[in-house]
Amino acid sequence: MINHKIMDYSSKHSKLLQFIFLLVVFLLLCQFITPSENNFLWRFPSLIAGLPYLINDSAEYLMFDWWPIEVYDPEIEEFEEKPLIQQVTRAISASILFIIGLIREIILGGVKTIVIFTSWDFVSENKWARWPALPWTVVASGAILLGYKLQGKGLAMLAGFSTIYIAVFGQWEPSMQTLSLVLFAAPVSFILGLSLGIWAYKNRKVELTLNPFLNVMQIVPQFSYLVPVMVFFGIGDHAGAIATIIFATPPMVRLTVLGLKRVSPEVLEAGMMSGCSNFQLMYKVLIPTARRDILIGVNQVIMQCLAMAVIASFIGAKGLGFNLLLSLNGLRIGQAIEQGICIVLIAVVLDRMSLAWANKQTDYFADLTFFKRHKYSLIFLAIVVAGIALSYIGTFFFRENFNYLYIVPHNKGISISDTLQEGVDWIWDTFFFTLKGFNIFLIQQILMPMKAAYLSMPVVATLSLTMGVGYIIGGIRSAVIVGGFILFIALTEWWDRALITMYLMSFAVIVSSIIGVTVGTLCAQNSYTSKFILLVCDTFQTFPSFIYLIPVIMLFGVTDTSVLIAVIVYATVPATRYTVVGLRSVPPDLHDAGSMSGVNRMQRWIKIELPMSFPHMALGVNQTVVFALSMIIIGAMIGTDDLGQFILKALSDKIGIGNGLTLGLCVAFIGLAADQVIRTWANERKKILDIS
Amino acid sequence: MSSLAEATQTKQSVIQCDSVYKIFGENAKKMLQSANGNVDAKSFQEAGCIVGVNNASFEVQEGDLLVVMGLSGSGKSTLLRCISRLTDATAGNIFIDGEDLLAMSNKKLIELRRNKMGMVFQSFALLPHKTVLENIAFPLQVKGSSTGDSIKRAKDMVDLVGLDGRENYFPRELSGGQQQRVGIARSLAVEPDIWFLDEPFSALDPLIRKEMQDEFLRLQGVLNKTILFVTHDFDEALRLADRIAIMKEGIIEQLDTPANIVLNPATEYVRKFTEDVPREKVLKIESVMDPIDSSEELSDLQVSKDAIIETVAEVVLNQQKPVAVTDSNNKVVGVVHRSHVIKVLFGSRGPLK
Repeated sequence: MINHKIMDYSSKHSKLLQFIFLLVVFLLLCQFITPSENNFLWRFPSLIAGLPYLINDSAEYLMFDWWPIEVYDPEIEEFEEKPLIQQVTRAISASILFIIGLIREIILGGVKTIVIFTSWDFVSENKWARWPALPWTVVASGAILLGYKLQGKGLAMLAGFSTIYIAVFGQWEPSMQTLSLVLFAAPVSFILGLSLGIWAYKNRKVELTLNPFLNVMQIVPQFSYLVPVMVFFGIGDHAGAIATIIFATPPMVRLTVLGLKRVSPEVLEAGMMSGCSNFQLMYKVLIPTARRDILIGVNQVIMQCLAMAVIASFIGAKGLGFNLLLSLNGLRIGQAIEQGICIVLIAVVLDRMSLAWANKQTDYFADLTFFKRHKYSLIFLAIVVAGIALSYIGTFFFRENFNYLYIVPHNKGISISDTLQEGVDWIWDTFFFTLKGFNIFLIQQILMPMKAAYLSMPVVATLSLTMGVGYIIGGIRSAVIVGGFILFIALTEWWDRALITMYLMSFAVIVSSIIGVTVGTLCAQNSYTSKFILLVCDTFQTFPSFIYLIPVIMLFGVTDTSVLIAVIVYATVPATRYTVVGLRSVPPDLHDAGSMSGVNRMQRWIKIELPMSFPHMALGVNQTVVFALSMIIIGAMIGTDDLGQFILKALSDKIGIGNGLTLGLCVAFIGLAADQVIRTWANERKKILDIS
Repeated sequence: MSSLAEATQTKQSVIQCDSVYKIFGENAKKMLQSANGNVDAKSFQEAGCIVGVNNASFEVQEGDLLVVMGLSGSGKSTLLRCISRLTDATAGNIFIDGEDLLAMSNKKLIELRRNKMGMVFQSFALLPHKTVLENIAFPLQVKGSSTGDSIKRAKDMVDLVGLDGRENYFPRELSGGQQQRVGIARSLAVEPDIWFLDEPFSALDPLIRKEMQDEFLRLQGVLNKTILFVTHDFDEALRLADRIAIMKEGIIEQLDTPANIVLNPATEYVRKFTEDVPREKVLKIESVMDPIDSSEELSDLQVSKDAIIETVAEVVLNQQKPVAVTDSNNKVVGVVHRSHVIKVLFGSRGPLK
């Protein structure tokens, strides 16, 4: 009888028992494996330490030796043998530089484009052959008009405020440089992503091959892209643009495939029965019907482009990001805040505009007159004329000085950076001991012991723990996948660094999840607070990640604490969002059923809402892991000693391509291992609960 | 007699299906070959294949309205999609106007759809980014008609389905019934010979559904297309059909006129559907007609043999004597006795005479 009960208990709680058993094994392994360099149970020998060199060599071979072709060199008037890849990348670089330069000069004025088609002599002889900058008033009014057209007064005001802020604070030039990078990279990513997406939609094999690449690409830290781009394309705006494109294309591919798949099969059939050819079916039926998802993809692309603004400046992209980086490096926090606000404003405006565009429905025009149909173009034309006239008047008004109605030169606008700096200094002076006390407490009492604990894990113990968790949750398949990822890292020479990354990540994820779930649960209690918190999440998610570093450096200086706090703030956003969305999507019928069974609020939360929304929350935690990892690596900019620091070092290494890529893969594999476990679990739960 | 036989031989059926099979699954073709024509849905399902259409053979003549009736999962929509070649049949032959549909090249298929076929969908399947007029003109435009011509034709179609005044609305601004009118107009824009309707009224409210059925009958009265109409609603099938094919698990259980299906259900499954059908609403006078007996004295009233019993029951019952029945040329072809009508109205189920 008792035996029976035990059997019953063990089958009911078999997973729990398995977990306990796994934990015991793990602790035993930790206890009995001696930490010694020669004990391969303690640390695996770095068997794939050669991988980075292999990558280096192949890259160098590709770049400098492979497939030489005869190229005519006009300077020495002879044919020369040059490697194909180098010629191709140079041609690409040159054309990208030309386009970025063109966009830049349309907004900011210049002669380079004209020089390309004529010559320097021509330009210096003819004074008129010079493209003047668009007056900032024209760009600002254009943005206001666009905002009004896309959504209405609110967006127009936001756009107006942002552009005027940027102009008045003398950040016009760098902002327009950043914008020109976005204006180039975003359309290219869009076209690339759309084409790949269409291809993947049409061909299942392509989709299956593309998927793992997209998964890895979206989680490999941005810094890792920089090294290979630098090796193949050199340094400059074009390199920044290429890195940005590589980073921004995957979400576009994803959303294109998703959007096309969501087109109802009957609409597809209606197109076929109307006699569409394959081409007509794609461009007249599928893409217009999937318009919204595809435009959400455009929104993602733009956001990723801005997120890359600072990171791309590491390989020479000019603009706000570059200036911000300089300010941060010089600890000129006041200036950094001003520049950071500019980036945030640009990001928010572009985000809202592209979302408004996505949500805007097609209008009907055929009945209208020419003037009504082209109302906005005509107004814009008027704005251009008025703006030029205004700047011309300005030349009389500001005779001696800069013509502020035309362009506000860099750093010649209003600046409150000194005041801000004083504020920052005041905070330092006033709260120095409190902050420092907190800082020291955190580091000494929590972080250091945790780090030490992670580093004292034998590699075999870590491996069996992670694989065990994979097995309990997703069976053999998950165990093998997770084990493969971890094993790869363990066989590189950076296992200790990876452990530090894991410790930072797990600390941040735990804190973020606790905060996110708590805040999310509280806010999900009624619809106003839920809407409010989702809006806050939206806004926070719009901020490019490195923006988070500014306030933490301001408060905690250059320490692990700063990085961790930035990571936690950044990673709390998805945890909160998914909690709110998960709780709010519990069907109202279930609430009613609960109420009729007489549950009180607490019971409703514990017995109904929580179990129903738990899978969704788990996906939130999954996102938290991804966010945390990417922020930890960016945190290397202000000094950590994990994988990120080594990736950053690879940037300044002449043959860093192998190191950079391998390290990037290590980071990605940590994320993918967590993703595998969490996603499998969430999907399993969802199937059981019958929610999609 | 010989001339009649000749006539039926030369008169080609518009749609002809010979042992059509559609089986979903990875090695469907192999399994079908080894099954040698005897497909058992259960054993196929165990092997991971789902039987959509199981050995369907029938013909549809010009101007004929065939309704395919079945519950969800019976394979009726799959059969329709095989004939429009939205999915490729696994085995069998389908001929459209004598041409082998399954052997057609992609180009020829597009040509066929552009000129001969029109289809209406359950969820309307309108293009969300186009107005009513643009949606209707869409098949013409993909065909390459000029904008002017296609818009003019689309305007005519708008009038035909009674949507004038809403040409420039977007689908999102229309009710379900109106959206389906657009769907109907679009499917008719290219003046197709064959008209496919896939549960066109199932997503509509009952009152609107009735209205749309009337509208459909009115249109068919004007246009006289060859129609394949899919529905899960037996009453709808009885109301509209010239002939009904009842499907179950991919097999056509019975294919016959509404009257014959109600009077002589071929299988137990079909009988269940017909049980509660009010027979006077389905049967025509023809079904209760007796041959002329010259000794009998007839009343002055005459009724058409095609009249539905319900519509003439009252006048027939009010006569003291049997009533003469005429055909479409007003020639007397039989008589109807009151006792038979009473049996249809109030009698128990069973043979009518």
